[in-house]
Order: sequence, then C-alpha cells, then structure tokens
Amino acid sequence: MTQPLLTTRGLSRHFGGLRAVDSADFSLMPGEIRAIIGPNGAGKTTFVSLVCGRILPSSGTIDFAGTDITNLPAYKRVRLGIAYTFQVTSVFANLSAYDNVALSVQRTLTDGRSRGAVREGAMKALEQVGLAERAGTPAGQLAYGHQRLLEVAMGLALQPRLLILDEPTQGLSDGEIEGFVALIREIALDATVLIIEHNMPVVMQLAHRITVFDAGRIIAEGDPAEIRANTQVQEAYLGAAHG
Amino acid sequence: MTEASTARIYGLHMAVVVVLFALNFLLPDYHHGLFARILVLATFAMGYNLLFGYAGLLSLGHAMFFAAGLYGSGLAITYLGFGVSAAFVAGLGCGALLSLVVGLLALRTSGVAFMIVTMMFAQAFVLTIVYFNQWTGGDQGLVLQQASRILTVGNASLDLTAPAVRYLAALLLFAIVLFVTLAIVRSRFGRVLVAIRENEERTRMLGYDTFANKLAAVVLSGVFCAAAGAAYALLFGYVGSNFASVQYSILPLLWVLAGGAATTLGPLVGTVFIYYVTDIASSYTSAWLLIVGAALVLLVLFAPKGILGFVRRRWIGWLP
Repeated sequence: MTQPLLTTRGLSRHFGGLRAVDSADFSLMPGEIRAIIGPNGAGKTTFVSLVCGRILPSSGTIDFAGTDITNLPAYKRVRLGIAYTFQVTSVFANLSAYDNVALSVQRTLTDGRSRGAVREGAMKALEQVGLAERAGTPAGQLAYGHQRLLEVAMGLALQPRLLILDEPTQGLSDGEIEGFVALIREIALDATVLIIEHNMPVVMQLAHRITVFDAGRIIAEGDPAEIRANTQVQEAYLGAAHG
Repeated sequence: MTEASTARIYGLHMAVVVVLFALNFLLPDYHHGLFARILVLATFAMGYNLLFGYAGLLSLGHAMFFAAGLYGSGLAITYLGFGVSAAFVAGLGCGALLSLVVGLLALRTSGVAFMIVTMMFAQAFVLTIVYFNQWTGGDQGLVLQQASRILTVGNASLDLTAPAVRYLAALLLFAIVLFVTLAIVRSRFGRVLVAIRENEERTRMLGYDTFANKLAAVVLSGVFCAAAGAAYALLFGYVGSNFASVQYSILPLLWVLAGGAATTLGPLVGTVFIYYVTDIASSYTSAWLLIVGAALVLLVLFAPKGILGFVRRRWIGWLP
C-alpha cells in the first residue's frame, strides 16, 4: 500500500481563545486532487497555512513524504516540494510576468545551471498557464484573471510534489474557470493538488475526495457523491447561511 | 536579458568610468579635490544603495560601517604601524565583522524597528569612539601623517597625498565597487534581493531563506561602506568621530534618494548633485541649507524616484 504524501495528527492552532484549527487528523494520498470546503471562518486557510509553514501550530504534528516537518521553516518546506499559491493575489507587481516565474525556476536550479535553463523553465510554466505571450508585461498590469494564473505558474515552476491552491477561481469569469479546471487536471498528472474552493461546481468536477471543515474541525470526508448526500455538511452550510 | 542589452549596459558603465578618468586631467584644482572626495563618498552611497535600493532595507546607521573602515585602517596605521594596503584590509575586516554582528541582531526586526535598531547601534558606536578618546582622539579625531600614507608596490611608491594619485585611487575604488554592484544586481542573488523588497512573504514561499539573503546584503553593503571609509582615511588623512555621527547615516540615504534608489549609477549622480548644490549655494548665501532644502523638495515633487529613476522611466528603460 502506498504511503500518504501528507499526514497531520491532532493539528491545532489557537488564536487566543479562538480555535482556528482544532485537532485536525488529515491525510492525503499521492496523485490525489483533494478539495477543502467549509463556511467562511471554518479554518481552511489556517489549516493549509500550517501545512506550508506560514504559521506554526499550537500542537500536533505534520508529516510530509515520511519527514516530520512540524517545526521546519516555510522555505525549507517549499524546497521539500510544498508550493502554496496565495488567496489574495500576491505576485511581484513591479516585475515582469517572466521575472516572477524565473524567481521560482532559479530556486529549483540550485546546481547553478545556465541562464538558458532558467529561461526554458520559466517559459514552460508560462506556456502551461497560457501566459507566454505576456511574459514581458509587468505583473501588476495583467488582468486579474491573468494574475491568478501567474500565481499558479509560479507554484508550478517550483516543480512541487504538493501544490496548494487557496481559492484559485475567486474573481474569475465562467470562461476562465473552465480553462482553470482543465489546467488543474493537467497539473494533477504530475503533482498532488490540495485546493480550497468555494465554487461547488468546480469542486464537484475536480476533486477525487473532499474534506469539509466547520468551526476549525473536520466534520466530513468522502468522495463528491458522499459529501453531497451528507446531512451534517448540509447543516453546516445552511447553518452558516444566516451569518 | 539579451546579449545586446548586456553589452549596452556594460558599455555605459565603462563610459562613465572613462569620463571620470578624463576629468582627472581636465578639472581645475578645486573641483579636482572635490571630485576625489565625491568618488569616495559615492562608493559609500553605492554600498548603502545595495541594501536600501535593492533589498529595500532602510538603515539609519550606516555611518558605523563607514566609520568601521575609517577607524579600522586609521587606528591600524597609528598604533600598529600597518602599511597602506594592510590598513585597507584591516578596515574591510572591521566593516565585515561589524556588519555581520549588526545584521544578525538587527534583521530580527523589520520596517521602522529596523531603522531604529540600526540607528541605536550607530549611536552606541559613535559613543564608544568618543569614550575611548585616549586612543581615538574623540571628536578631535586623528590625523594620519603623510609618511604613513605612501603605498609601496615592489620598488615603486605612490604618495596617496598627491592630488592625481589620490583622485585615481578614489576612481579605482569607485570603479571596482560600481562593477561589483552591477554584477550583483544582475545576478540571481540580486533578483532575490529585489523580490524580498517587493514582497518578502512571497519570496519566502518560493523557497528562499530570506533571512540569509538579507544578511548577505547587509554584510556586502557594510563591506562596501567600510571600503569607502578606509579609503577616506588613507586618501584624506583624517579620522574623526563626526564621520560616525547620525549625519553620515542620513547623507548616504539622501544621496541615494536624490540620484535614484535601485539604479547602479544613482549614488554617483546623487552625491555629485547634492555636493554641488551645497557648494554653489553656500558660495552665494549663508542660508545655503534653505536652497538645498528647496532643491530636494523640487526633486521629491517632480522626480520622486530620483534623477536616474526619472530618466529610466521617461527615456531609458533599460537602465540598470
């Protein structure tokens, strides 16, 4: 049996009295596309931030590919193969799209390969998301949808084993979302994908399995059909509807 | 980055150095002396620019790195009988050590706290110099004798107090630091520094150890500034605590802002500009600070990115 790529045990993060993430036991198999859903404030972003090391846990452990990464600084986790794309678009606005992606590529080329290798890797990532023609445009001048794609390209160029996408389709048009779904499927051929998403049609189309968070806890997990039928999940969403 | 633009960029920098070399023969005595000083101080500004312009770290304590080079070489000559080149290396070593220690501590903070912490270190440094006035001469400073400022290479000896030698030595230092800076900012390391300036959190999440990169920038910056300080002591023969005062932490910031932060030639342009505005204004009126102030206000209003920042945006987009 294959080992999970990512496992968390009893993972918690408290902010004062607020239990943003509360004893999360979670595991993710290699090659999976996993969606994390839940009402606003359920702790989804906090959970993936714990995984990628942007914040440190109050308690619990995180294992990635057989290594305990609980206390590893974020940049070392990225080097192990965990890439995170930001919820709020966080590209380098004053640098060109090419330079944004080149920063990812040159990081993976630690053996000091030539400029040519950087160019090749950066253009490949830009082509994959369809931004090759805009390589020279400053990132801040790209349309919003293109900035989101650039975020993904920066993650891709890191050649991650686990790509974490935090609400990637937020603010995209229907046409753009369609292209995005195809892109994620393509990425999932090489990498495991963990995606936080509010857009249910996207989740249902993409995810192999879905994990549902509510008030910091994992309340359900299963394939899309199971989750759709789960009454507890329906309650969590309907219960949150007034807030 | 095409080969043509690389050739163009290096060509421009070579041309600047050639013009400065020609000025050695063309400038009248007064301006010749002023320019030698400007070249050394522009080197100081380039060191400051690496950290402030490229890595985006605003230090208010860089006088201590300049002074580390100044005192490192000056004290080594006065008390240890070092030769010129050994004293220069001693100055560099002091700057490297001080910037490493200050960097390790100050980089635990960022933003305004970083400004204050660097300023406090610099204040402690200048107070230390004054406290040990028995050796440092306190605020009177030390004068290095002409005999101790002769560089011997093999059989030849160069008197660093001779105006032409002094000018050319200052130009050599300036040119070396200019081309090293150019190489740094065009390297992968340079791009990471810019990325840290633009968005540190994102840079970290691309797998970069931002602390280590910032520390390297502090040390390189400190060494460049110390090189300028050591050269100042050797070329002008005076080592004084006013060079460690807060004024000399603010000045490089001013020169860099005026010339254009994060441009390789901005520190030179800014230093020349401020020096000459000051010089010309003070020859007409005792209220010269008012004129310098007005010039700076105009610059901030019409070219907030400095002179070369303005030129780059308007005319020459490829300016590094």
